[in-house]
Parts: sequence; C-alpha cells; structure tokens
Amino acid sequence: MEIIVNGSRREISAGSTVTDLLQDLAVEPATVVVECDKVIIDPGKFATTPLAAGNQLEIIRFVGGG
Amino acid sequence: MKIHVHEQPQEWPASTTMGEIAANHPGATLLLINGRLAQPEQLLTEGDRCWCLAEDASLSPAEMNDILARRHSPAIQRRLAKATVGIMGLGGLGSPVAMALTRMGVGCLRLADFDRVDPSNLGRQHYFVDQLGQLKTKALAATLARINPGVKIELIDQRLDGPAIKKEFRGVDVLVECFDDPVMKATALRLALTDLKPIRYVGASGVAGYGPNNEITTSSPFPGVFLVGDGHSDPEDGLGLMASRVGIAAHHQANQVIRLLLDDTADLRPSNQSGPDQDTSKKNGNNR
Repeated sequence: MEIIVNGSRREISAGSTVTDLLQDLAVEPATVVVECDKVIIDPGKFATTPLAAGNQLEIIRFVGGG
Repeated sequence: MKIHVHEQPQEWPASTTMGEIAANHPGATLLLINGRLAQPEQLLTEGDRCWCLAEDASLSPAEMNDILARRHSPAIQRRLAKATVGIMGLGGLGSPVAMALTRMGVGCLRLADFDRVDPSNLGRQHYFVDQLGQLKTKALAATLARINPGVKIELIDQRLDGPAIKKEFRGVDVLVECFDDPVMKATALRLALTDLKPIRYVGASGVAGYGPNNEITTSSPFPGVFLVGDGHSDPEDGLGLMASRVGIAAHHQANQVIRLLLDDTADLRPSNQSGPDQDTSKKNGNNR
C-alpha cells in the first residue's frame, strides 16, 4: 500500500506500523518526531499504531549536537 | 552644535571642549570621543559621541535600555524588553544564543542546564578558564550580567525531561531548544507540538564539523516552529562540534527568536492555510 512520507510517495507492506516504517527508514525511534495525518504520535505507541493507505506522515529526525 | 553625551543628544556651543562636558560628570577619568581616548582640551565637532567614564564604570539597567533603544528604535526595544525567552541547554548553541539576546536587551531569559563547565567546553561555549567547575547556569548568568545588567535572568539548575519542560517553560514567548542529546531534541519538539501548543519554538539539528556555511538553514516544518541546522551533521559521525559552525547555527536561532518577538508574521503562517506538507517539502533532504 502507498503512504506519503515527507511529501514523497512510499510503498509499504499492508499491516505495517510506525515502528516498521522507522525500521525501513533506518532511524532511531527515540530521535524522531512523527506526525500522521496532522496528529503527533506518542513514541510509546509507535509499535501499536498501524499505518493505512493514504496516510500522510511527517517525520523529523534529529541528530545530536548543541 | 548637536553632540551626543552618553547617547543623549545635547546642544552645546561651537568650540566646546571635552573638559567642559566632563565637568558635568564628577569622577570621570576616562574620556571617549567616537570610541577614541580624548584629552580634556580636545575640541568637539558637530555629531560627536562622547562618554565620560569613571575607572570602575558601571551602567544602570535604565541607561543600558536607553542605549539599546537609541540603536534599535524605542518601539522595537519596548517589545524586546517585555519578552521572556526560554533556553534549554547552555552549551555551544545555548550560551551564544543567550549572549546575543542579552546584548540586544531581551527582558527576561529563563536558562536551563545541569552541567558544570569543563575544559572541553572552552573550545566553543561562552565560559572562561576561571569558571571551570562552576554550574553553567551560574557561570553564564555572571557573564550576562557583565554585559547587560538590565536583563532578568532566571536559572533552572536541573536536567530537563518532558514534565520539567512543561512545568518550567509554559508561557514563555519563545522557547529555544539547544540540547546536545537528539532524544531530548525530539522530546522537546513533540511537547511544543502537543502540550505546549501554540508555543513559538526554535530548535536545532545538524550543526557539527566545519561543513559549508550556507548549508546551515532555518526552516519551518510546522507553523510557529523553526529548526536550524543542516539536518545531518552529527558529532557521532567523526567531526565534533566546532565553535565557528555551531556559532552560525546559534545566531540563526537567536535571530529567529528576534524575528518572532517582533512579530514578523511572514514566518507565522496559520496552519489552515499552509500546513506542514508544504513546509516540509522544502526540506525533505534536511530533516530525514
């Protein structure tokens, strides 16, 4: 199924969760902010939040340093 | 002729000497005309800017505010002087952000850090050898008071977590994220977009090394939220944090704070007109 990630189309397997997507993207879940259809997802719920076709996600990934 | 004495415009007759001006300032031993040392017999000319300073010169908060108002304009200075800005983390980003905002006369700074000054900080953070071992909050507050005694400084000497951020920074005019830890960076932005909404927020990601100057940008992934950095330069990847580049990012942050305080509404798009989709599309390469 197809979702939109940061404005680009992306194909993911049906039944994928936010955690699965972050694994695909090779990003560390604790260092990202995920918004799905305008709702910020609590990191504690990444593994139990299923994605659906057409979802629009914004993923902001942080690197350290300050 | 018109001259400026302590930034105040005054009318004086032609051929007035610096000594005549200094006579109104008992105890002044250091005379300056246009930033240069002057003798009492030196003649003044139209437009000169004079200071008559004692050896242990000091400035009152009112004098400092007046000086800034003349530079920045009274209307702008009033807005800066009534603002409260929170800064989370006082390292290579937070300490220069605090310095810039103090120099500009932002009214109140709420500063949080739990670290002490260690020798490795001196390469890029605004601390001094004689402050080694001190709490960063206290060391920085002492430095800021030497620059602008009129700025109110509030210190939070603790390691911040989500609940502490909500408790300590609710209600600030702008919240600046200057953490080192990417987990805390994400935590803070999440709070800005949920519990602290609609806070105005300036974060940072990707400031390490000595990469190109102009890859440090300020972008707005969400209305009222700004992120500074190149989005990818990670100190874990080899090059650590360096004063020159982290300083560029810090001053992007400081200037964005000023833009928000002065209500530059060009950067504050309402969410129903231009949502995150459009904003983040500009920076796909940066933040993922």
